[in-house]
Amino acid sequence: MSLLTKLISLPKRYANPFTMVQDGIMGMNQRNVNYIGRYNRRDLFPLVDNKLLTKRIAIEHNVNTPVLIGSIKSQQDIQNIFDIIGANTEFCIKPAHGSGGKGILVIKDKNAATGNYVKSSGLDITKHELNRHVTNILAGLFSLGGKPDFALIETLIHFDDVFSGFSYDGVPDTRVIVFQGFPVMCMMRLSTSASDGKANLHQGAVGVGICIRTGKAVRAVQYNQPVEYHPDTDRKLSELRVPQWDEVLKLAASCYDMSGLGYIGTDIVLDRDKGPMLLELNARPGLAIQICNNAGLLPRLRLIEALPKRQRFSVEQRVEFAKEHFGVFSPDK
Amino acid sequence: MVSRGVFYVVTAILLLTGLLLIAYQHLTFGVPFVPGEQREVWSVEAKIEFDPQGNTPAIVNFALPAIQPGFTQLKQSTSSLGFGIDYIKRHGLNYVEWTKRNAIGAQILYYQADFLVDASAYASSMTVPEIEESVEPEPYATAMKEVENAARSRSADANSFTAQVIRELNQENETSTLLTKEYNRARLLVHILEMAQIPARLIRVLDLEDGRRNRQLSEKVVVFNGTSYTIFDPKTGVSGLAPNQLIWTDNGYSMLDVTGGRNARVSFSTLCNKISAVEAGALKTNVKRIAGDESVSFSISSLPIEEQSLFKSILLLPIGVLIVVFLRIIVGVKTSGTFMPVLIAMAFLETSLVVGLIGFVAIVGAGLIVRSWLSHLNLLLVARISAVIITVIIIIGAISVFTYKLGLTEGLKVTFFPMIILAWTIERMSILWEEEGYKEVLKQGSGSLFVAISAYLAMNSVFVQHFTFNFLGLQLVLLSLVLLMGNYTGFRLTEMKRFKPLVDQIKANRNGDEKEQEAKRLYTELKEVKHDPHQAYRNWKNKVNDQLKEEKDNNSQDGETK
Repeated sequence: MSLLTKLISLPKRYANPFTMVQDGIMGMNQRNVNYIGRYNRRDLFPLVDNKLLTKRIAIEHNVNTPVLIGSIKSQQDIQNIFDIIGANTEFCIKPAHGSGGKGILVIKDKNAATGNYVKSSGLDITKHELNRHVTNILAGLFSLGGKPDFALIETLIHFDDVFSGFSYDGVPDTRVIVFQGFPVMCMMRLSTSASDGKANLHQGAVGVGICIRTGKAVRAVQYNQPVEYHPDTDRKLSELRVPQWDEVLKLAASCYDMSGLGYIGTDIVLDRDKGPMLLELNARPGLAIQICNNAGLLPRLRLIEALPKRQRFSVEQRVEFAKEHFGVFSPDK
Repeated sequence: MVSRGVFYVVTAILLLTGLLLIAYQHLTFGVPFVPGEQREVWSVEAKIEFDPQGNTPAIVNFALPAIQPGFTQLKQSTSSLGFGIDYIKRHGLNYVEWTKRNAIGAQILYYQADFLVDASAYASSMTVPEIEESVEPEPYATAMKEVENAARSRSADANSFTAQVIRELNQENETSTLLTKEYNRARLLVHILEMAQIPARLIRVLDLEDGRRNRQLSEKVVVFNGTSYTIFDPKTGVSGLAPNQLIWTDNGYSMLDVTGGRNARVSFSTLCNKISAVEAGALKTNVKRIAGDESVSFSISSLPIEEQSLFKSILLLPIGVLIVVFLRIIVGVKTSGTFMPVLIAMAFLETSLVVGLIGFVAIVGAGLIVRSWLSHLNLLLVARISAVIITVIIIIGAISVFTYKLGLTEGLKVTFFPMIILAWTIERMSILWEEEGYKEVLKQGSGSLFVAISAYLAMNSVFVQHFTFNFLGLQLVLLSLVLLMGNYTGFRLTEMKRFKPLVDQIKANRNGDEKEQEAKRLYTELKEVKHDPHQAYRNWKNKVNDQLKEEKDNNSQDGETK
């Protein structure tokens, strides 16, 4: 009897796969076989997985990224760390192969009296403790699979004030999926108290779909369900609009020329003074972006796949193309 | 990238080869698809007795059983005290030859052979005999002629002629009585048939009955019609052989020759054994291999016994792997470690399910507690894993000793768990706990256990074990299935649940200023592009360039106004 009721309630809990096909929703297998497998060359993956390499090619291609103060590759280099840091008082130290924001140490200031550095939380950190953090990074404590790693020292990003109130204790970053150099779909990930300051959607961060044409918020979801207000700050999420939107799209689109990877997720942050900056690339971007945008990825990807001579498009042309076809809001008059 | 066409051709070839191999083994060696099928093996023992003649050396030749449809001879052996034995060929026929220089007292020799009842055996050693022109003395020749004429007028071919001859001889009249008194029935029949220019031969047949002793061979007559033949009982006229009748000699030569002996007699005892069809297949393969046919079998049974038991579990692994691939790609179950569940399932096979589950949960649970303490120590990875491995071994040891003291010998079986794999599982789960919280650990842990139990249930099935062990072709079939699933781009079952809210939202709402559902709009545009890609390209390029130009103008105007 209970089996029967379960069977009857199946359509309530499971989506009809044919409807999903009609809506152009992309599944994991589709993504892996037809997009990542087909358009991302295996030998290019290290460019993305190693943040030092990402930064190097970004500089080569004039793609805006946080300035690299220096890198530490071996235990001996640690002795020179304070020479490398020099007079900088605002910087962050991160592992080159880190994931999910692990092992990132953010320094805001230097305590002139004690010579200690001040962390983003306001607590002091002694030089000795800082050294130990770098040692841990080198030992692979924060890297995938525990492999030995390098530490990067970068200038700090000053987040644009337009985002204040949209994020709770964390980095609001913009994720743009770029397919063959065309920006295809975009979202912002806003951390919440539930996500513990992390921008991971399945941990409770709010995902906001962004219209490719205008940079305006399409809709917002938390735990796969639509939300209207940020759960911690109560800001109306539909008011969110990414400034310097064209610059963001151009930056994202140029990541294709720079990395050679056909299907990537680009994580972009907006610096108050320097504009959009590439934070990192992801060769296996997730699928939750479809839920935030209330649209499937496949129709957009297929349209680009059908486009002849797409390799000849310039960055501007690709961005224009994307804006024309993948927008949700009418352009501002 | 290899083109899809090549991929499908390769997959199809693999699948077909696998299926053909399975069919080949099933048809040629009679390996059954279902376990537990039984085959009959008849052990036949011929006992030869004779009294030696003074001091002359004794030589005994005994005809070996004929090759015939329906039976495959598995093995033969002799037992004879003080005799030299040899297998010889005489007139192109196989004989066993016993020899002894000084035989004193009654001699007994044994010849034993095993026959597998085998529907797929078609070979036969029967040959068409030459017709011998024998001259019979009178009045028997005339009597035979009379019988022949009577039978000929009432018959149409060789078979009906034979039936009529037998009928004539069975009649209580003068002619038949005269003949049957003088001649042996079977020989008489052969003579009459030969007079009628029909090739015929006397053969000797053994009735197989379980647990019988002192049986004699019965005589039958084979009547040839071209190359086909029919066997008749010379007394009753019944044609054909019963399924439990074994032809011992199918040629005109004698069955037993004894030189240097008297009173030679042979008697048979028969015994039926039931063996599993698999074993029968293995024995049969063995026979063919001994006969010099190396390409006979693609079965593990052709390996030595010790390697066989090793292969038994190795060959099960692909089944578990197939289930993992299915559950991950088609269903979308999350597991910690890709093939860890299969290895756990292999351990379950040794421990039994309940003991295995309790052991697994106990070891991983205890391991996680220890690991959480280790993570405070900030150890390097290799050292940390090593510490976990040692901890796992200590836990396994403790569980074994503890349960043994309690009198639960089942507990000792936890040693079957793969320790390194368990250590990695603990490490991975503990990192997951720190990064994603305990919910994800429970999710992946239960997912892994679910996959492990599914794999266990599949691998524990007697049918699956039988099939994987006996049909190597199955591995090719599994390989092609895995390849096919690796090419599956459809939705996972769990994605149907994950995207359910999205599907509902798309149905209920339009985004922003959209008038039409985006997917619909884009797919119509896609159709246009595919219809005439170059025209569409030109249109867009112009449009895009115009737009870019416009923007530039706007920007420069803005600049001027500022």
